[in-house]
Amino acid sequence: MRLTVNGTEHEVDVEPDMPLLWVLRDELNITGPKYGCGIAQCGACTVHVDGLAVRACQLAVGDLADGAVTTIEGLAQPDSLHVVQQAWIDHQVAQCGYCQSGQIMQAAAFLDLNPEPTDEEIDAAMSAILCRCGTYPRIRAAVHAAAAKLQEG
Amino acid sequence: MASVGKIARRTFLIGSAAIAGGVAFGAYMVNRPIANPLLEDLAEGEAAITPFVKITRDGVTLITPRADKGQGSYSIQAYLIAEELDMDPKDTIRDPGLPGPAYYNAEVMAEGSPLPAYDDSATAETIRSVLRVVPKLFALQMTGGSSTVPDMYEKLRHAGAVARETLKQAAANRTGTPRSALRTEDGHVITADGTAIAYTELAAEAAALEPITDVTLRDPKDWRYLGKPGLTRIDMEPKCTGAEKYGIDLAFDGMLFASICANPGIGGALERYDASAAETMPGVRKIMAVKAGNAGVAVIATNTWYAIQAVNAIDCTWVAPAYPASSAEIFDALEAAVDDPETLDHRQRDEGDVEAALAEGAVFEAQYRIPYLAHAPMEPMNAIVRVTDARVDIWTGTQIPLFIKTRAAAMSGMEAERVFVHVQPMGGSFGHKLEMTHVEQAVEIALSMKGTPIKLTWSREEDMTHDYPRPASVMHGRGKVKDGKVDTFDISVSQSAMAPGWFGRLSGLTIPGPDATITTGSWDQPFAIPNYRVTGYRAPDMVPVSSWRSVGASGNGFYHDTFLDELIHQAGADPLEERLRLCMHAPSRKVLETVGALSNWDGPSMGENRGRGVAFCMSFGVPTAQVIEVTNTELGIRLDKAYIVADIGRVLDPRNVEAQLFGGLIYALSHAINSELTYEDYGPVQTNYHAYEGLRLYQTPQIEVQVLEEMPGIRGVGEPGVPPAAPALGNAIFAATGQRIREMPFNKHIDFV
Repeated sequence: MRLTVNGTEHEVDVEPDMPLLWVLRDELNITGPKYGCGIAQCGACTVHVDGLAVRACQLAVGDLADGAVTTIEGLAQPDSLHVVQQAWIDHQVAQCGYCQSGQIMQAAAFLDLNPEPTDEEIDAAMSAILCRCGTYPRIRAAVHAAAAKLQEG
Repeated sequence: MASVGKIARRTFLIGSAAIAGGVAFGAYMVNRPIANPLLEDLAEGEAAITPFVKITRDGVTLITPRADKGQGSYSIQAYLIAEELDMDPKDTIRDPGLPGPAYYNAEVMAEGSPLPAYDDSATAETIRSVLRVVPKLFALQMTGGSSTVPDMYEKLRHAGAVARETLKQAAANRTGTPRSALRTEDGHVITADGTAIAYTELAAEAAALEPITDVTLRDPKDWRYLGKPGLTRIDMEPKCTGAEKYGIDLAFDGMLFASICANPGIGGALERYDASAAETMPGVRKIMAVKAGNAGVAVIATNTWYAIQAVNAIDCTWVAPAYPASSAEIFDALEAAVDDPETLDHRQRDEGDVEAALAEGAVFEAQYRIPYLAHAPMEPMNAIVRVTDARVDIWTGTQIPLFIKTRAAAMSGMEAERVFVHVQPMGGSFGHKLEMTHVEQAVEIALSMKGTPIKLTWSREEDMTHDYPRPASVMHGRGKVKDGKVDTFDISVSQSAMAPGWFGRLSGLTIPGPDATITTGSWDQPFAIPNYRVTGYRAPDMVPVSSWRSVGASGNGFYHDTFLDELIHQAGADPLEERLRLCMHAPSRKVLETVGALSNWDGPSMGENRGRGVAFCMSFGVPTAQVIEVTNTELGIRLDKAYIVADIGRVLDPRNVEAQLFGGLIYALSHAINSELTYEDYGPVQTNYHAYEGLRLYQTPQIEVQVLEEMPGIRGVGEPGVPPAAPALGNAIFAATGQRIREMPFNKHIDFV
């Protein structure tokens, strides 16, 4: 089976019902997407498929078709971090950091679709991703800052 | 006992030793020779020391032995060394080191002191100094109890200063100038003429010198990193790019992947199992019964997904454990133990004459309870173990590396010196990683597959089911008010003992005497009430329990402050004013006054359907007050704002301190509102996040934090933000609705937005 992750094509020999998350982590050693719950409750596994945020624990690799996968490792440009990553660093968001790959991928896809979000829209979109350390106040601030930066161009 | 006092005074001594290619600076043990954890890998000279700083031609390594579970301990430990070493930690190699006894944690037992933290008398300090010796004698290298900063504050700066001055001496010898004429900057010694000599170039020469130990630590006003508002965590960027590797992310050539289902009744045996369906599933290499830690059946497969799928296809028959099967029976046992003289565990507070005060007139009574709680960190328990004939290697995120080392040695028959525990960054813990059942299971699997690295990952369901939870407990309160004031406060708490079972699991030893955790956070509060009594009752051992962020104070803070709030309302007094009147500890009063000012407190009522609550708890030596404002909407209670004020003595990392405090509040509110473990058939009903909801962003209030620095000494901040949050919320709900909630989680009694 073939799949494209962060622009690189890979060949894997797994059952088609194996979730993308475990193909990434255990077969391709791409470990930025995390296992937290396996039932799409925590969102720590969030990646982009053709630019949309999806929970990799729920997407069977056989259903990926030609979808191009981007993980947190592929979000930045070679010479610069993604605006969302930079906002996360500027606001010192992460504590344990385990959920932050998912938070950042969720925020990046959300701002792509909605570059001028309201507070309520940010709360709704980012509530999909669980953080047990309680970094939410800084997530809220960092998403606002990233949105402002994107509007500057 | 004379030697105890002697050890207590001489807490540590920093020295140096030659190592392969350079020099190490670290701790000499003064009374007993302590085996060096790095002995195996290093040159002979290094055996004399347990290092905090290593300098070779290749680079400068900072050793940060307290584990990082998200609280920022690696970062602050690196900055503590760097501040005196004059070197940006980002230019160094950071290494948690291999666990060793000389990294013992002197402060970790301070919360078990029989004297409240507000008592700074000479007697109290003497008793605390003895408590600092116990971890040393037991070589207790442990992370917990908000102890990293108090324990490491002097040691690591001292190590950095000794290293700096010794490097300067090496440069002085080389250049023929006095050491006093030299200075240091960014990893270099700078001579009078401005020549910069890198530390790495001086390593070999410094190794040949007697270390310069007569050093004076810098005045905080001269600090370059510590205390600065712009200080950033050294692990922030890798955590935002996916580069940070947690234990669960590691991989080794030839590694196989395991998962397990163990008896949901902790301690119960495996009667039999049928794995016929699992045996033929994809990727399965081996299926085996496991006895260590908690009996179960493991699948070893070619990836974690295949292992988990096969585990789910195994049919197991379990033997019941030795505790009641259901929450109903458990709470019956807790209720039966309250106020039963036969189960009296301890009474550390008994002032005035409570019996006489309660004997006449109307007594206000209320009964409270709190549930078992899972820690449920985002990273489920995991460990990689590789056993060969020569050694055992274990890679895992843990707060207790030495207990793991000792247990793995016993299980493998290997000498402890041949067991290597490689501590990894943790995706949260909240106390979960003070346990080691998963490691014992992984060691047993790896022993049966010698030479093959085995990564054992618990599924989330396995993790929740085998999470030695925060103890459930019940409280009965009785009180009286007089002349508009709180006059009598008497609470009795019943809980299974926590500390003895935990220590027994780790060490095989027993802890005699009372279990302080039953009343920690309630008996030790800085209030003067005329008749004031707090009593702990010891219920039978039931579900095996463990430490959960803020330990005893997580529940006792709720009991103490909420019942105080009830009495204040009975008295008709203002909740903030009456707490201030009763508080006899100046820094705690300042904390309460400050949270009042920050929140513009003008009474609990904020108009129709709106209210605010104040709560206070001193835990881990940190007086902490919170105010929460709520609105009772048609959709339920909405949390509008929260204010946190804490006094930690001295702030080293301002942005991280703020994050730990609001993170503590959010962690506490998650459970106060939404979460409990209820037991049926010996195991918890809630086995994943859908049934154990943490707070989400949309429920999180706006939060303001203010930190004071008036307490003596320096304190850790990972836990004190937790205890006041639940009572502040409950008190606010009472102010907004008139409904008093005496049981967590609150959503059993009221709806939330």
